Amino acid sequence: MNRLAIPKTYKLYIGGKFPRSESGRVYEVLSHQGDFLANAAKGSRKDARDAVVAARSALGGWAGATAYNRGQVLYRIAELLEGRRAQFIDEIESCEGVNAAAASAQIDEAIDRWVWYAGWADKYVQVAGNANPVSGPFFNLSVPEPTGVVAIIAPQGGESLLGLVSAIAPALVAGNTVVVVANELAPLSAISLGEVLATSDVPGGVVNIVSGSPAEIAPWLASHADVNALDLVGAGDLDWVELQISAAETLKRVLPPESGADAAAPALSRILAFTELKTVWHTKAIL
Amino acid sequence: MKFLDYAPAPESQALLNLKSDYGLFINGDFTAGRGTPFKTINPATEQQIAMIATANEADVDAAVAAARHAYDGVWSRLSGSDRGKYLFRIARLVQERARELAVAETLDNGKPIKESRDVDIPLVAAWCFYYAGWADKLDHAGVGPNPASLGVAAQVIPWNFPLMMLAWKIAPALAAGNTVVLKPAETTSLTALLFAEILQQADLPAGVVNIITGDGSTGQTLVNHPGVNKVAFTGSTSVGRAIARSVAGTDKKLSLELGGKGANIVFDDAPIDQAVEGIVRGIFFNQGHVCCAGSRLLVQESIHDDVIERLKRRMQTLRLGDPLDKNTDIGAINSAEQLARIRELSDLGQQEGAERWSTDCVIPENGFWFAPTIFTNVSTSHRIARDEIFGPVLSVLTFRTPAEAIAKANNTPYGLSAGIWSDKGSRILAVADKLRAGVIWANTFNQFDPSSPFGGYKESGYGREGGRHGLAAYLKPAVRTGSRSIPAAEHAPVTKKSASASKKSTSAEKAAK
Repeated sequence: MNRLAIPKTYKLYIGGKFPRSESGRVYEVLSHQGDFLANAAKGSRKDARDAVVAARSALGGWAGATAYNRGQVLYRIAELLEGRRAQFIDEIESCEGVNAAAASAQIDEAIDRWVWYAGWADKYVQVAGNANPVSGPFFNLSVPEPTGVVAIIAPQGGESLLGLVSAIAPALVAGNTVVVVANELAPLSAISLGEVLATSDVPGGVVNIVSGSPAEIAPWLASHADVNALDLVGAGDLDWVELQISAAETLKRVLPPESGADAAAPALSRILAFTELKTVWHTKAIL
Repeated sequence: MKFLDYAPAPESQALLNLKSDYGLFINGDFTAGRGTPFKTINPATEQQIAMIATANEADVDAAVAAARHAYDGVWSRLSGSDRGKYLFRIARLVQERARELAVAETLDNGKPIKESRDVDIPLVAAWCFYYAGWADKLDHAGVGPNPASLGVAAQVIPWNFPLMMLAWKIAPALAAGNTVVLKPAETTSLTALLFAEILQQADLPAGVVNIITGDGSTGQTLVNHPGVNKVAFTGSTSVGRAIARSVAGTDKKLSLELGGKGANIVFDDAPIDQAVEGIVRGIFFNQGHVCCAGSRLLVQESIHDDVIERLKRRMQTLRLGDPLDKNTDIGAINSAEQLARIRELSDLGQQEGAERWSTDCVIPENGFWFAPTIFTNVSTSHRIARDEIFGPVLSVLTFRTPAEAIAKANNTPYGLSAGIWSDKGSRILAVADKLRAGVIWANTFNQFDPSSPFGGYKESGYGREGGRHGLAAYLKPAVRTGSRSIPAAEHAPVTKKSASASKKSTSAEKAAK
C-alpha cells in the first residue's frame, strides 16, 4: 500500500518569509486536466504593498553588495535549482500538462539563464558605462546603477518557471529588488522558486513573489509611489495601457508586454532597462 | 562713476539682421503659420523683437509629413558619412555666426552675453561637431550591429538654453538617421529660426529638420501626432508626466529631461572660496533657470556661518543689469510668468519662516528682474526646499554627518544633479555612490560637454542626452525577422528547444486590440 502523501501549502513569499495572504483568500490551482492541485494564496492590495515595503528595505543591501557577490548569489540559485529538479518537474508536468522531458528541458533552460545572468553582474557596468573625454580638467565617468524597486507581471501562460526566471533575473543583476506577480494559473513553480531563494543566499526582500490575480494586483503596483519601474512583460491580456498611464504619474520606467516563446528573451538590454546612468565629474588639479 | 565701477560695455547689435516677422520652417522653406502670430519680446526691456508664427494642427501635420517624406526619400538612404558631413557643416556655420547667435540669444532670452557667448553657443557647435562624427560609427553606439534609426522625432524644448537645447536634440537625432520636427519654447523661438537659416546655408535636404513655433498646445499636438516615432522633451515634470501618459500604449520611444532640486553639498574640509564660487555658479548661472541648478545648499553645520558670510560677500559683487553688457553676471528673468512664480515661492519661503537675504542691487525700471537671493534656516519640509523655483533663489540647509547629507540630498522626488565639495577624494567617491542623481559634480558645478551623458533619476525623467547614450536614445536594434529581435551576441547559450522561437508580437499589435 502506498504511503499517504503530505501536500504542500502554497503561500506568498514576502520579505524572506512565507505568509498567507493577509486577506485570508485562496484560489484553486487546477491541473491541466482540471483536477485540484492546491489552494494558492490569493494576494491582495495589502500584500502587494507589504511586498513593496520589503523590497524597498532590502534595496540598500542588495544594490550595495559588490557585483562579484551578487553574481555568486545568483549563481547559487542555479546550483540549488539543479538540486530541486524533481520537485519542479512534478509541478510543471501537472500545471502545464507537458511531459517530463519537456518539463526537464524547461528547468535546464531556467538554470542556464540564471547562470548567464549571474555572469553579467560584474560585467554589465563595463559594457554599458564609459569614460567621457570632456574638454576640460575633469575625470568624467558614466556608470549604470540599479533603478530601485521593480514590479513585474510575470509571463502568464507558456512555461511558468522559465517565464518567471526570465523576468526577475535581469532586474536582479544590477541590484534592483523585485515584486513579482506570478503566473496566475500555474503559480506552483513560482512559490517553489521562492523556497529555493529562501534557502539560497538571496537576502530576504530582494525577491518578493505574490500569487493571485494580476488584473487585481497590477494596478496597485503600477500606481505605487515607491515602485520605480514596471515590467509589463506578462500583462498582455490586462488593460496594460491603463497600467502604463498610471505608472506615468511617478515617471516609472516601463517595459511593454511581450508574448510567445520569445517573451523576456535573455538580453543585456533587459538588464539595462532597469538601470540609471550616473555621470560623475571629478575635478583634476592643475599641476 | 565711483572707484571700481565698470563703464558700460554693451555688445553691439549691429551684426544682427533680424526680420520683423518669422514664419514656420517646414520642408526647407519659411511659410506663414495658420495660427495667430505672437510677439517675442526682450525680457530686459519688454520691447518687441519680432512677430512669431503659430503652428496650428494643419501646420503640425504638414511638418510631420515633410519630415516623413524626407526620412523615406532622402535621409534614411543617405550614408552615415554624408549625414555626418551635413552636421559638420552646420557646426562650422554655427561657429562662423557665433557672435550673431549669442547676441540674438541674449536679446530674446535675457541671459548675460558672457554666458551666451562663452557657454551656450560654443556648446551648440560642440554638440553638432561631436555627433557629426558619430553618424558613420553607429555600430559602436551600444545597441548592437547595424542599428536602425527610429523615423520622425518630435522634439519640444524649453526657454532656458534655447539654442543649446535645440542642438542637444537635433544633433544626435540627425546623426542616428532620424528626421526632426522641433518646437522651441514660446518665449524663445528666435535663435531656432536663425538656426533654420543656417540649415539653408548648409543645404540640408528639405524636410530633414522642421521648426514649428507656437505655445504649449502646438507642442502637445506635435507629441501626440500619430506620425512621430520618437518624442524627446525637456521641460517641467508636470508636462513630462502628461507626455508619458499620452504616449502610453504607443510605439513612440520617449526621452524626458525634467525638473530638479539639486543638492550642493559642502563638507567642512572643502576649499571654501572655491566652494563659494561653485555655489554661485550652481544657482546664479543663467539666473537660476537651470533644471540641474544647485538650488539646495547643504552645508556642514560647523562651517555654516563662515560659508554664508563669504557667500553674501561674493554675491554683493554680482552685477545685475543689461544682459548685453559684457560685465553683467545676472541677466533678466525670461518672462513675467516666471518672475511671478519666483516671487510667489520666495514670499512663501519667508512666510514659512526661512530667513531671506537678497543682494543690494539696482533693479532696472523695465523688464523682468529678480535680485540674487538666499534663504537660511530652511527646513526640509519648506516649499522652497522641495519645489523647483527655477530662479536665482538658493535654499540653505545644514547637516552634521555625511549620512545626514546624503539622506537630505536624496529626500526629493527629483534626481537630476548634485554637487560635492570636499578635499577628501575617498569621501567624494563614497558620497557620489550614494546620491540618487544622474549628474554629480565634484568640486565643480554646472559643467556640460557633448561627450558626457546628462539626464535624471526618478521624477527628473529618463533617457540621456550627450555621449554615446544620447545617441542610443535615437536608435533601435537591427530588425531581425522571424527570430529573436536581439542581436545574437547577447543570447544566452540557448538549449535546443528555445531555438524554435516564434515571432514576437509587437506592442503596436497589442495596442490595436
